[in-house]
Amino acid sequence: MVLDDKRVRIITGHYGSGKTEFAVNYVTQLRKQTEQKVAIADLDIVNVYFRSREKKKELEEQGIMVIASSLEGSGVDVPAVSGAMTMPVTNKEFQYVVDLGGNDVGTLVLGRMKPLLDPAETEFFMVVNTYRPNTSTPEGVIEQMENLEYASGLKVTGFINNTNLVRETTAQCLAEGDAILREVTKRTGVPVKYVSYVEELLTEELPEGLAGELFPMKFNMRKTWM
Amino acid sequence: MAKVLMKGNEAVGKAAIEAGCRYFFGYPITPQSEVPEYLSDELPKVGGTFVQAESEVAAINMVYGAAAAGARVLTSSSSPGIALKQEGIGYISNAGLPAVVINMMRGGPGLGTIQPGQADYNMAVKGGSNGDYHNVVLAPASVQEAVDMVMEAFDIADMYGTPVIVLADGLIGQMMEPVEFNYVPREGIPAKTWALTGKGKGERHNIKNLVIDPDDCEDWNHEHFEVYEKIEANEQAWEEYLLDDAEYAFVSYGTASRVVRTAIGYLRAEGFKVGMLRPKTLWPFPQKGFDKWNDQIKKYLDVEMSMGQMVEDVAYACNDKNKVVFHGRTGGNVPTVDEVVAFGKEVMGGGK
Repeated sequence: MVLDDKRVRIITGHYGSGKTEFAVNYVTQLRKQTEQKVAIADLDIVNVYFRSREKKKELEEQGIMVIASSLEGSGVDVPAVSGAMTMPVTNKEFQYVVDLGGNDVGTLVLGRMKPLLDPAETEFFMVVNTYRPNTSTPEGVIEQMENLEYASGLKVTGFINNTNLVRETTAQCLAEGDAILREVTKRTGVPVKYVSYVEELLTEELPEGLAGELFPMKFNMRKTWM
Repeated sequence: MAKVLMKGNEAVGKAAIEAGCRYFFGYPITPQSEVPEYLSDELPKVGGTFVQAESEVAAINMVYGAAAAGARVLTSSSSPGIALKQEGIGYISNAGLPAVVINMMRGGPGLGTIQPGQADYNMAVKGGSNGDYHNVVLAPASVQEAVDMVMEAFDIADMYGTPVIVLADGLIGQMMEPVEFNYVPREGIPAKTWALTGKGKGERHNIKNLVIDPDDCEDWNHEHFEVYEKIEANEQAWEEYLLDDAEYAFVSYGTASRVVRTAIGYLRAEGFKVGMLRPKTLWPFPQKGFDKWNDQIKKYLDVEMSMGQMVEDVAYACNDKNKVVFHGRTGGNVPTVDEVVAFGKEVMGGGK
């Protein structure tokens, strides 16, 4: 249950890991599981397309507060973030999801929030797709993890196995990602928290014994023709 | 090579390296900045050279120089940056040199928007520089096709001695898709015996642009056009999608064609006999494809992310301007599937 995770969930990963799709699905699940206030912050200052703020209207309709750039508009190519990003950290009435920008540069935004973060109530999830060239081996994942930790000053508390080839995803993909991440867990002690996949793409049975809680998702960011 | 998931902008960078390109000169601009970002990391690893030039104008002239020296060379940008490069593209064309230019188009004109567009059709296909010339223009509709076309672009450029433009858009650049890289060079690519590699004890080579005498300059133009004729004969490429029984055909390329393909699924489900003729080369325009279907098709439905820049080429290719109808979005907007379905019904009958 996503509600069992610590109150402030920071979701990161190299761009292309599927971080935003996971974050949007995660916050939607979270909304269903609690009566508390729920907020998502889109702190992506790296990508300019496929950001969670594109789903602002749909998320707000579900009763989720969306914090994005202080500058409105999908075409604003400015690395601006909203000062409101710290509010759900300090206001403990909120369950909070932070969709951080791609790779170590993106995590620099956290500097603003970090003095306020209490490690006891903060998750730092790293989304991994082992079909991405930079995270295709245990060494690659660990290097990316260390870069993210160095830039953010936070320790990764769990991996999300989001291994996929978009519309060509098979159950085997998740098993391959699982094997690589198990090795990473062995070397670093960081567990796989969820194994996420888009439900409509997987018609076959999932392999048994995957590390992490199963997390079925729906496409939010990808249109039918993508 | 196994499939990997890559962003279009990274994938075209890797495709260039796989095709033997070792030189990139460019300048960042959204939505293609991952191309220089990727190549700045990867080119040095394979002994190549990456230069972030002081401007797009400088970059394209570095491309001119590297091409003259016989290198496989790439530059990339997005719409306003490509507009800046036009002078250099004309010079490279006149000198008859091979080079590859990637344009991840965004909404225009001028600085426009960072969201995707297809309104550089005329600049690429009709020639945005001065003088009589053509560039080969390839139009990918997926990340895999962008990869394949970048590789092919280097071969075509070397084959005929011409710049080749890969005309994609911000969405192709920004989206992630599974790709694989299988570069098999074409046969018959001529050796670059003309390259400026230092005379030594060999023959003097000369790459030039100025042709003072008008008769000489005209002859030179005619020589270029003999090459263009060969390209028109050999390089037209298009996809035929569900045309066999079609009475109507969409004409669409790149990202817009993906929306159209999905819309065709809905229209077919309602019984409409409709398919798509998708140009993969915009110059040369696939006249041969149209010749094949013109008698059967009642109307061509042109869908673009522009105000209709391809319409005249479709009208020319079907030799009947009354057969061509247009629907487009522009300024960074992508047509929706619903919109294209409604447009189809309006044209084919059964619209409400």
